[in-house]
Amino acid sequence: MDIFSNLALGFSIAFSPFTLMLAIVGCFLGTIIGALPGLGPSNGVAILIPITFTLGLDATSALVLMTSVYYGAMYGGRISSILLNIPGDEPALMTTLDGYPMAKAGRAGDALVLSGVASFVGAFLATIGLMLLAPLLARVAYLFGPAEYFALYLLAFCTLGGMASNNQAKAAIASCIGLGIAMIGVDNSSGLPRLTGGNLHLFDGIDFLVAIVGLFAIAEVFFFIESHGKDSSIGVKLGKVTIPWKDINDTKWTMLRSSVVGFIAGILPGAGASLGSFMAYMTEKAIAGEKGGFGTGVPKGIAAPEAGNNAAAGGALVPMLTLGVPGSGTTAVLLALLMTLNITPGPTLFTDRPDVVWGLIASLLISNFVLLFMNVPMVKIFVRVLQVPAWVLLPGVTMISFVGIYSLSGSYFDLLLMVAFGALGYVLRKLDIPTVPVILGILLGGNMEDAIRRAMVISDGEWTYLFSSPIAIGLWVAAIAGFVAPMFFRNLLKKPQAVSD
Amino acid sequence: MASDRIFGLVATLVALAYIASATQIQTSFLSDPVGPRAFPIGIGIVAVICGIYMALKPDAEPNWPVGKTLLAIGFAIVVLVIYALALKPLGFIIPTAITAGILSYQISPIAKNAVLAGAGLSVGLFVVFKFLLGLGLVAFPKWIMG
Repeated sequence: MDIFSNLALGFSIAFSPFTLMLAIVGCFLGTIIGALPGLGPSNGVAILIPITFTLGLDATSALVLMTSVYYGAMYGGRISSILLNIPGDEPALMTTLDGYPMAKAGRAGDALVLSGVASFVGAFLATIGLMLLAPLLARVAYLFGPAEYFALYLLAFCTLGGMASNNQAKAAIASCIGLGIAMIGVDNSSGLPRLTGGNLHLFDGIDFLVAIVGLFAIAEVFFFIESHGKDSSIGVKLGKVTIPWKDINDTKWTMLRSSVVGFIAGILPGAGASLGSFMAYMTEKAIAGEKGGFGTGVPKGIAAPEAGNNAAAGGALVPMLTLGVPGSGTTAVLLALLMTLNITPGPTLFTDRPDVVWGLIASLLISNFVLLFMNVPMVKIFVRVLQVPAWVLLPGVTMISFVGIYSLSGSYFDLLLMVAFGALGYVLRKLDIPTVPVILGILLGGNMEDAIRRAMVISDGEWTYLFSSPIAIGLWVAAIAGFVAPMFFRNLLKKPQAVSD
Repeated sequence: MASDRIFGLVATLVALAYIASATQIQTSFLSDPVGPRAFPIGIGIVAVICGIYMALKPDAEPNWPVGKTLLAIGFAIVVLVIYALALKPLGFIIPTAITAGILSYQISPIAKNAVLAGAGLSVGLFVVFKFLLGLGLVAFPKWIMG
């Protein structure tokens, strides 16, 4: 069995004391980041990337650290959903629907433990799924030529745009902003500068990290200034934490089903964790029917979205590692990390750098157990983190962002760009224009253009080459369907609003 | 309504300018069939279509901050720009303390807390970054240290 020897290799890397320590530190930081309102997985991972980079960790260590943060943030997101009714990030929105009512009914401890166990089940099964599916998909990915890659990138933009926004034009314009920014700088194949306006700072292009930190972290500060950090105080009391065995036993099938649903949603390029938790919740609600009491604080309503959300987080790693196409905002940020570390995700990653892939998978398994231990008995520590007031937290996030970006390049120009992206992010979010496609555009723009240009070189300018293989045609159809279909299902897929007091 | 229309129009104009400057990209003699111009122009065209669509079919108006809050956000941007420019010549500690203090005051206007947040964050983060993580930060400008 290939998979066992690969896993053995992975564990031999992951069990080194240093890597283990990184995984534990990452889990701890991640849970805190996820729990803090206003600091979700995307911006949490984003502000840590420049700092990890400056620390000079090698590729495997950096990857282990950041994916532990990623998984940790997915676990942590539930804490603020349940206790504050504020989702730490978008996928955690579904957890507020039943988590907050349950906490208000005096069962906050039970809700936290149950959701922690559900997160564990979802993430654990998804990591197993990743282990089995990723090598297979990597083999399929060898069949991908430039025409298929171009269609795949298009698919990612279309599905992400279709899912992320209520208005297709807005999602498409966001993608265009990102792609347009990616074009700035020296052209790869001719070596001549493009669209720099003669500004020397722009010859290297705009660093995606600057854009990510600006759009995610700095924009958040402006939102907090607008709201004056209101609605961030704990609304419910947390008593003694015990383990609700009965609830866990009652929800075991819910967790399993939701994990499968979430994992599948996570694999779809561009769909991601939000869709995973949404689909899992809706499926369970339909199975339970009217008598299920979903929305009033039932255990199944907590277990389903948490298992789905964490399974989707694992599933999203499959297309990210094998094809280089991220499935969600946070995996887009992780892709940025890989690119910073000079690792090109794709099928060759599995054959050329098995140490990276399997070391990563092994440390995901380890960090999952670490997270279960941290999140069940030690949950009170993280609850205390919620009491960090916004007037310390947000200035702190800003300063860390500045130091991170400044230590990357040492140039004030990047800092100014970051502030500009922050202002842009604020305006875009106000107008309900999603910012994740902007990031995806900046990350993938160069590759997407390369793909189409190489395709045209191969076919000598014959554009029908783009539709010449069954895989390519399938991807084009899926892309168009992914963009158009949500327009018709909009009423059906309407997201439930968070419960209000 | 109006915001979407304005944004759509601005996006359309920017996209047109983008297309115009993309047509000016130099091509080298070693060019491929697509060349360096086509893809940026294509993006521009899609953006123009979306911009016009947004201008014609706007969504409901978002809640923009008014008066004081709008000024506060504008002021925060100015402060961050000054901070970006001051970080190199003035060292880490002084600009960070001032900027963190101002942002803190803007989020929650209690002077005592803001001073504490500014001082604590600048010194605390300096210690963490410089000594725990080993980043090359400069605490104070040379002319103060003599």
